[in-house]
Amino acid sequence: MALVPVALLLTAGFTAVFAQESTRIDNASLVYGAYFLAVCVATHLYLRIRLPNADPYLFPLVALLTAFGLVMIYRIDPTLARDQANWFVLGLVLFALTIQFLRDYEVLERYRYTIAAVGLLLLLAPRLPGIGQQVNGAYLGVKLGPLAFQPAEFSKICLVVFLASYLREHREVLIVGARRVLGVTLPPLKHFGPMLVVWGASMFMLVFIRDLGSSLMFFAAFLALLYVATGRFSFVVIGMAMFLLGAWFFAATVPHVHDRVEIWLDPYAHPHKSGYQILQSIFAQADGGLFGKGFAQGMITVPGTHSALLPAAQTDTIYSLIVNELGLFGACAVILIYLLISARGFKIALLADDGFSKLLATGLTAVFAIQAFVIIGGVTRVIPLTGVTLPFISYGGSSIVANFVLLALLLLVSDRARREVTP
Amino acid sequence: MNRQIVQLFAFVVVLFAVLVGFTSYWSVFDAKALREENANKRPLLEQQQIERGRILAADGTVIAKSVPKGHGSSLRYVRRYPEGVLYGHPIGYSYVEEGDSEFEQFHNDELVGNESEFSSILDELRGHQQEGNDVVTNLDPTAQAVALADLEAVGFGAVVAIEPKSGRVEVMASNKPYDPNRVPHELTRLNNSTVETPLLDRATQGLYPPGSTFKVVTAAAGLESGEITPETALAAPSPLEVEGTPLQNDFNESFPPITLDTALTNSVNTWFGQLGQQVGQERLFETMEKFGFNSTPPIDLPGDQVYASGVYSEEHLLHRDDPVDVARVAIGQERLLATPLQMTMVAAAIANGGKLMKPQLWSRVVDPDGRTIERLDPSEYSQPVSERTAADLNAAMQGVVSEGTGTNAAIEGVSVAGKTGTAETPYNESCGGGSEENQAWFMGFAPAEEPRIAIAATVECTTQFGNDVAAPIFRDVAETILAGE
Repeated sequence: MALVPVALLLTAGFTAVFAQESTRIDNASLVYGAYFLAVCVATHLYLRIRLPNADPYLFPLVALLTAFGLVMIYRIDPTLARDQANWFVLGLVLFALTIQFLRDYEVLERYRYTIAAVGLLLLLAPRLPGIGQQVNGAYLGVKLGPLAFQPAEFSKICLVVFLASYLREHREVLIVGARRVLGVTLPPLKHFGPMLVVWGASMFMLVFIRDLGSSLMFFAAFLALLYVATGRFSFVVIGMAMFLLGAWFFAATVPHVHDRVEIWLDPYAHPHKSGYQILQSIFAQADGGLFGKGFAQGMITVPGTHSALLPAAQTDTIYSLIVNELGLFGACAVILIYLLISARGFKIALLADDGFSKLLATGLTAVFAIQAFVIIGGVTRVIPLTGVTLPFISYGGSSIVANFVLLALLLLVSDRARREVTP
Repeated sequence: MNRQIVQLFAFVVVLFAVLVGFTSYWSVFDAKALREENANKRPLLEQQQIERGRILAADGTVIAKSVPKGHGSSLRYVRRYPEGVLYGHPIGYSYVEEGDSEFEQFHNDELVGNESEFSSILDELRGHQQEGNDVVTNLDPTAQAVALADLEAVGFGAVVAIEPKSGRVEVMASNKPYDPNRVPHELTRLNNSTVETPLLDRATQGLYPPGSTFKVVTAAAGLESGEITPETALAAPSPLEVEGTPLQNDFNESFPPITLDTALTNSVNTWFGQLGQQVGQERLFETMEKFGFNSTPPIDLPGDQVYASGVYSEEHLLHRDDPVDVARVAIGQERLLATPLQMTMVAAAIANGGKLMKPQLWSRVVDPDGRTIERLDPSEYSQPVSERTAADLNAAMQGVVSEGTGTNAAIEGVSVAGKTGTAETPYNESCGGGSEENQAWFMGFAPAEEPRIAIAATVECTTQFGNDVAAPIFRDVAETILAGE
C-alpha cells in the first residue's frame, strides 16, 4: 500500500519535469516523458512482483534522480540525452537480470576471491596497452572496440562484495585478536593482511590510475565497512592515517595528483588554465543564488562560441549547473534525495539478519553516498575536484548501469530482510 | 553492528550538511564577491546578451552602438564604434574578452540598464527584458575632429575643452589615438606599444610638466593670499639665486619692478619664483588643491584611469609639508606634473568667475522609449579664487594673447585670454632622448568677457614653443566651437 503515494510522487515528479521541458522544446519531449514513465512503471511492477518485500521507496527515489539527470542532460545536449536514455534502459535490463538470477545472493560469498580479482583487474584495465584510455590525465576509461566504459564504476561493487564477505568471516578475529599497543588498539597482524591489500589498491589507484576521487571513494567505503564490522574506531584512525600519509607522499611525487591538490588549494593561481574548471564551477554557483536563474537559463558555453564556460557540464560539474539554474534550493533538494536514498540503504542494513547482508547493504550504501560526496564536494571545493560521476544524474553509461546493479543488490538484501521481519 | 551503522549514517548526514554549507557559501554568502572576481566573465557575458545602449555626441552622432550577432540562445551583442579613432579616447571600449575602459566602463550601469535590486525583481516578475539606455555626451564632433587632426599634424599630445559655466566637456582628444573597433584583434599590440602608447588617454593620464601655464595658479595664490594686488610691483633680476641654483628669465633679461600684467605677459620666471616664495608652500598648495591638484579630477571616468596632478616624488604625490623647491614649483618646474584635463580646469575656473564646475562628459540618459530619464545637473566642485581675483587674472591673461608670448592664439574679432607654457624636457626617453625637446602648452578661454569655452592643448616632444604649436590648436578648436553657436 506504500506504493500508492510513491507512484503518485513518481508520476508527479516526471510530469513536472517534463512539462517544464516541453514548454521550451516540442512535443517530442512529452513522448519521451511517456516512454520514461512507462518503462519506470513496468520496472516498478516487476520489482513489486518479484521482490514484494523490498524497500518500496528506493526505486522511485532513484527514478526521480534519473529523470532529473536526463532532463538536465537533455537541456545540455539532446543527443547526449538520447545516449543516456539508452544506457538507462540497459541499466534497467541489468537491474532486472540481477534481481532475476541473483535472488540467492549468498553465492557471491563463494566467489569472493574471484570477484576481488575481477575488481582489481577492472581497475588495472585502463592502464593495459591497447584498451586503456587517458582522460584529463587520469586513467579511467577502457575502450573495447566500440564499447567504452569506466571500469572503476563496476569494480567498486566487486570491492564492496568482497569486503562484506571477508569481514563477515573475519570480524570476530579482528575484534578478539586486537591488542593494545601504547594505548592504541591494533588489529591482529595475521588478519591485517587484507587491510594492507586494500590500502595498497587505493595507493595503486593514486599512482597508476592517477585518480584521487576513485581512490578516496574506495578507501572511505573500506573504512566505513571496517568500522561497522569491528566497531573499532581506532582501526579507522589508523586506516585514515595510512591513507593520508600515502596520499601526501604521492601528492608530492605524482604530478597529476599533485596538480589536483594545488588547484584545490589555490585555484586563482592559474585562473584560465588549470584552475579554470573549479573557478567556473564556483562562478556558476555564485550566479545561482537562492532560486537559480531558471531551468535552461544558465550559460554553459560562451554565447555564440563553443568554448566552454562550464567545462564538463554533463559529467563533473553537473551539480554546479543545477545550482546555477535551480539555485541553492534545487541543489538542496538533490542532496536531500541522496540523503533519503542513503537513509533507506542503511535502514536495509539495520533490518538485515545475517552479517553478510548487513555488511553488503552498508557497503553498497556507503560507496554510493561517498561517491555523491566526492563529486559534489569536488565542485564546491570541499575536496580536490576529481572526475567521479554524480550517481544517476551525470552523463555516463558505466555509471548509470553500475549504479542500477548496485541498486538491485541493495533491493535483494532488502527483500530478504523484510521478509524475515514481516512473515 | 547496528550501532555502528547508525553512526555511519550520522556521519553521512554530516558530510551532506557540509555540502549544503559550501553550496550556500558559494551561491549566496560569497556570491557578490565572486561576481566581482576578475576571472569571472559571467557578468560581462550576461551583459552581452542585453542590448547595450548607444553613446551619442552632443549633436546625435552615434559614437558607440551594439549590433546583434547569432540567434536564439547564442544571440549576443557586439560593440561597434562607427567613428573609429575619433572617440577612442575618452569613450573607451567594451568587450567581453578584453573588458571595458573609460566612459564605457564608468557609465556601464546606465548603458546596460541596471537598476536597483528591487525594481529589477519587479521587472523580472512582470516579464520585462532588461534594456540598455542611451547616454548622450557633451562632445562636439566637429571640434573633436579639429583637435585630433591638429594634434596628429604636430605630434603626440592632448586637447581638452570645457564649457566653464557648466563643466561640460566638449572636446577630449588624445594623440596617438586608437580605433576601439580594433581592440578585439590587437589589444596586445596596442598594449605593447611603448612609444606611441595609443591606449593611454593623454588628456587624463598624461602627466606633463606644466611649465609657465602654472604661473596663473601662482598668481591666483598671490592675489588670494593678499601678498600682491594687480598694482604691486616686484623687481625681477636675472639670474636669481634660488636654493643654490640660479633661476633665469628668457634671454637672461632682468626686469625693473613690474606688476602682474607685465610679468604674465612676458612670462617672467624670477618674478613668479619670488612670488612663490612669498606666498609659501602652504598657501600655494592650498590654492592648487582648490583648483583640483592632488586629487583625482571629479570627471565621469573611472578613477583609476584619471590621474591626479601635483608634485610627484617617484609615484607619490607630495603634500604641503614635504620639502619642495617652492620657487620652481611656482613656475611649473621642479617635479610638478599636470594633466591636460587639470590645466583646462584651471582655465575654466578663472573663466567662470572663480568657480570650478565639475567637468562632465555625459549630458543625459535616454531610455529605449526615447524618454530622458536623467539629465546632467551642473555642480560646483570648488571656488579656488574670488570673482575679483578671477577678473584680475582674466585681464592679465588677455595681455598674454594680445601683446605677449601667446599671440598665435588670437582670434579675429574675439578677445582671448590665455597663457603659454614651454617646459624643457631634454633627454626624455619617451621623446627619443633629444636635447632640444620641449613640452609645449597653451591654456586659455574665449571670449574673455563672457567665456564660452576653456581649452588646454599640449604637445609632447617638440622642439618648438607653446605659442608655435599649442596656441594654434587652441585657436582652431576655440574658433570651431564659437562658430558652432
